[in-house]
Amino acid sequence: MPRRVATGVRHIGHQVVNGIWRFGVASRFLFLTLFYSATSFRRFHLTIKEIYFTGVQSLIIILVSGLFVGMVLGMQGYETLQRYGASESLGVMVALSLVRELGPVVAGLLFASRAGSAITAEIGLMKATEQLSAMEMMAVNPIARVVAPRFWAGVISMPLLAAMFSAMGVFGGYLVGVKLIGVDEGAFWSQMQSAVDFEKDVVNGVIKSFVFGVAVTTIALFEGYDAPPTAEGVSGATTRTVVTSSLAILALDFILTAFMFRGEG
Amino acid sequence: MERTTIDLWVGMFVVLGLGALLVLALKVGNLSSVNMSESYAVNANFSNIGGLKARAPVKSAGVVVGRVTEIRFDGQNHEAKVTFKLDKQYSFSRDTSASIMTSGLLGEQYVALETGGDSAQLKEGDRIKITQSAVVLESLIGQFLYDKAADGGVKK
Repeated sequence: MPRRVATGVRHIGHQVVNGIWRFGVASRFLFLTLFYSATSFRRFHLTIKEIYFTGVQSLIIILVSGLFVGMVLGMQGYETLQRYGASESLGVMVALSLVRELGPVVAGLLFASRAGSAITAEIGLMKATEQLSAMEMMAVNPIARVVAPRFWAGVISMPLLAAMFSAMGVFGGYLVGVKLIGVDEGAFWSQMQSAVDFEKDVVNGVIKSFVFGVAVTTIALFEGYDAPPTAEGVSGATTRTVVTSSLAILALDFILTAFMFRGEG
Repeated sequence: MERTTIDLWVGMFVVLGLGALLVLALKVGNLSSVNMSESYAVNANFSNIGGLKARAPVKSAGVVVGRVTEIRFDGQNHEAKVTFKLDKQYSFSRDTSASIMTSGLLGEQYVALETGGDSAQLKEGDRIKITQSAVVLESLIGQFLYDKAADGGVKK
């Protein structure tokens, strides 16, 4: 019995040490990526190509989800607000929840599953088929040539995608609230404009999505780069990317919200 | 894919993203309305500001003419010192009165300015002397109950 307990405790210890170790390696990986990113700016077409793959190809899913999230917010918000005779505040509710929370978070989650998994699979396969080793043999630094452009592409795309998600969501809320249900159009926009602050809400949303972009791309790139070079390893790494980055987004969102809003107005 | 095609798509993506940000800033947010290039600061002491917050609008005749920039407690005379910025294109007389109002029954609070008859104008750093505090709902209800009770006493 004591031996079994010891094994259990050892297992927990191993998990914790391993987790911390991986976090350290990932931080070092992020540092190296930043250190070698000069290439991704000097040969900017590499980054542009990756923006095409991570950003442009995520456009459809982001825009459609944004529209639907906004429309659902409009419907549900109206249901609740009209009980208090405050249906004119629908615009405020839709815009604030999108710009502050849903835009960055949902766009980040979609980005992690759409673009993050693709990045991990691509880099994991490059490693499995020894393309990364081949690059090193030719004295090409794979971090500078492969990793850094993808990193910057993700960091640039993510805030833009989140902004589009929020804008599309507000439009969806407008469609349902004003066009379908018949909330007064002037009140919808003017109350929204007087309640949404540029610095406090819009800029903070952009900061959030930027942080999520850094987190998701770092996790995706690291998992791919660190994946065991087998078919199983790559599939496991892809799954881990989606799970870890989703959890990271939610945890970071809580921390950032606690710092940004602190319950004041 | 051709490099030019990719460039085109990425260009469109970036423009769309920045456009969305612009929409959020101008149409959803209030960047366009707080944009006061030239302004002057004026302050006023209130004995109770109620729920007034920094960045609340300052209105005159219902039109937004400025924003509250700072609210501090004045330790000397135990009042709230409210500083606000007014748009330079609007000028108010020295004896302008300021009162704290609520838009709607439960709406946000704002500072209302009502101009007086003095020919001299308010300048940067001036203090508005005639002020009226916020109406605090609890004290209003309390006063009402007290009056009721007093009436009841007389009738007995």
